[in-house]
Amino acid sequence: MEIFLQQLVNGLVVGSVYALVALGYTMVYGILGLINFAHGDLVMVGAMVALQTMLFLMGAAPGMSPLTMLTLSLAVAIPVCMLLGYTMERLAYRRLRNAPRLAPLITAIGMSFLLQTIAMILWGRNYHTFPQLVSTAPLQPVAGVFVTPIQVTIVVGSALIMAALIVLVTKTKLGRAMRATAENHRVAALMGVDTNLIIALTFVIGAALAAVAGVMYASNYGIAHYGMGFMPGLKAFTAAVLGGIGNLGGAMLGGIVLGLVESFGAGYIEHLTFGFLNSSYQDIFAFIILGLVLIFRPTGLLGERVSDRA
Amino acid sequence: MNELASAVPWLGRRNPQAARWLIVIVALAAPLVAVLFGRTWVRVLDFALLYVMLALGLNLVVGFAGLLDLGYIAFYAVGAYTAAFLASPHFGVHLPFWIVLPVAAGCAALAGIMLGFPVLRLRGDYLAIVTLGFGEIVRIFLNNLNYPVNITNGPQGINALDPLVLFGWDLSRNIPVTENLSINSLFLYYYFFLACVAGSIVFIQRLQVSRVGRAWAAMRDDELAAKAIGINTRNLKLLAFSLGATFGGVAGGLFGAFQGFVSPESFSLMESIAVLTMVVFGGMGNVAGAIVGALILSALPEILRHLALPVQQALFGTVLLDPEVLRMLLLSLAMILMMLLKPAGLIPAHARYSHVEHLKRHGVAR
Repeated sequence: MEIFLQQLVNGLVVGSVYALVALGYTMVYGILGLINFAHGDLVMVGAMVALQTMLFLMGAAPGMSPLTMLTLSLAVAIPVCMLLGYTMERLAYRRLRNAPRLAPLITAIGMSFLLQTIAMILWGRNYHTFPQLVSTAPLQPVAGVFVTPIQVTIVVGSALIMAALIVLVTKTKLGRAMRATAENHRVAALMGVDTNLIIALTFVIGAALAAVAGVMYASNYGIAHYGMGFMPGLKAFTAAVLGGIGNLGGAMLGGIVLGLVESFGAGYIEHLTFGFLNSSYQDIFAFIILGLVLIFRPTGLLGERVSDRA
Repeated sequence: MNELASAVPWLGRRNPQAARWLIVIVALAAPLVAVLFGRTWVRVLDFALLYVMLALGLNLVVGFAGLLDLGYIAFYAVGAYTAAFLASPHFGVHLPFWIVLPVAAGCAALAGIMLGFPVLRLRGDYLAIVTLGFGEIVRIFLNNLNYPVNITNGPQGINALDPLVLFGWDLSRNIPVTENLSINSLFLYYYFFLACVAGSIVFIQRLQVSRVGRAWAAMRDDELAAKAIGINTRNLKLLAFSLGATFGGVAGGLFGAFQGFVSPESFSLMESIAVLTMVVFGGMGNVAGAIVGALILSALPEILRHLALPVQQALFGTVLLDPEVLRMLLLSLAMILMMLLKPAGLIPAHARYSHVEHLKRHGVAR
């Protein structure tokens, strides 16, 4: 039982991060029908830029409080990612908006590898230790379950961000413009929506979420690395599909569900397969779920879109 | 061959016959020229031919049938590991090459069908990401199947694969000609791979104008219309996956025997992407494109490696970009820029099998 609860907590934490990344995927997919493969790598860029900022601050102002440092590093990482997201959309994806669907997809894969390569050039291939600004020492165990302050921060932080995003999309004028553009570009443009601007903003908002997720992910595991974004990116895409792509609530639900499945899967796979498979197979759960969802319920848990968008 | 010949700049249009001979001469003479710069370059050419085979196979899936497969390297891995299981000290099995290669190809084809069945309904982006997942699952299994029963030997990989032996003739041994001159085994492998590639090209070009090839083209261009005129898209998709996988499996078997060593590292996602880039860069749906793309993108990183390192040493005093980074940079830029500037690739595909005179030449139409 204690193991069960502990895996539940771990799953929720990872799931919240997936959910944040999945939101970026699902918004871009909803509005353009494009799998932005490079989105996962924005997570990595966010973590790397934050890391660089923290290291700089530690050198420049050694006595700074961890909270200020975290805020400042986010304040650097988020705009960098937003700018990167905007640049990608403006330079590569916008020109391919009317091209055959294979073209933007291949460009997106190229973009992902380009970002990884640039990160490799800037920060090398090694794993970097990510400073633990929020404590990772467990709090007083409740019912035998250890929860760390960083885990609480991640879950609460991502819940707040998601709530803010829902308000933005459902209540504001910008959100209405986004939904209109997702429904139909041309009609939205006729109604006076600047669709180019809205699409760019969608990329920028997604990139900001990715940056935050990157900092959370890296602080949770305590390491950062040029290739750290690709896998979580794919998993977040899986989460988006699982929830129903194009659906914000679905992305959140999908993220949490995927996090839980992975966490329980890693915890119990050894028992289930009589020791044949072990937790090093953790990464296959996302792909199996993806396959199963696409085969049996292509619309996802909450979605309405069809899978035959090719 | 016609397609390839007409892709030769300048000469191809004016004198296809001469262009054809030029290609044959270049292909035969390439290692002799390469060896002037050092033996490593022959090795580079050997690997380039393996990439050509992979690109031809992937082109079958992506270019002809229009199914975007991002896990193609999994079939290469299946082929290579099958060869490793059947001809290495790992299990103590040493079957002859003529059994190993067909079994490797067969296993890969089976893997292709296994992937094909569940994803029959998917197209485009979803297919791409599911195939990517398939490739990753295969790699994760190769990496971890050393416990509790050691099957793949895990991350260390399998060593000491048997070399290629054709009719009792060991390709990994140099052939002595005179006292201090011998034909290096790299040459023998080159010409053997060249023969395999030539065979593949003939097969694929015949396939392209066959009923199956034309049905694939129809399916790629409009699946619904293809179904409506009675094309069995399900079987065609499975056939595309399994035939493409067969090429991957053959290339994998050759790779294992040539390198004598297989490990999960050779079958990363990066390699799938690299082969896809070759196909896209050369021109999808086009045999000549796949070949040219594979040759350029597998040789260029090596050339860069030999040029860029000394240049960087001279300019900055240290090496800022190591060869692997340069390769990734090159591949990612090739993908992005090609899609933006020349989406049809270096050698755009013509749907030439739709012209009656072309079909006549192949004896398909009367």
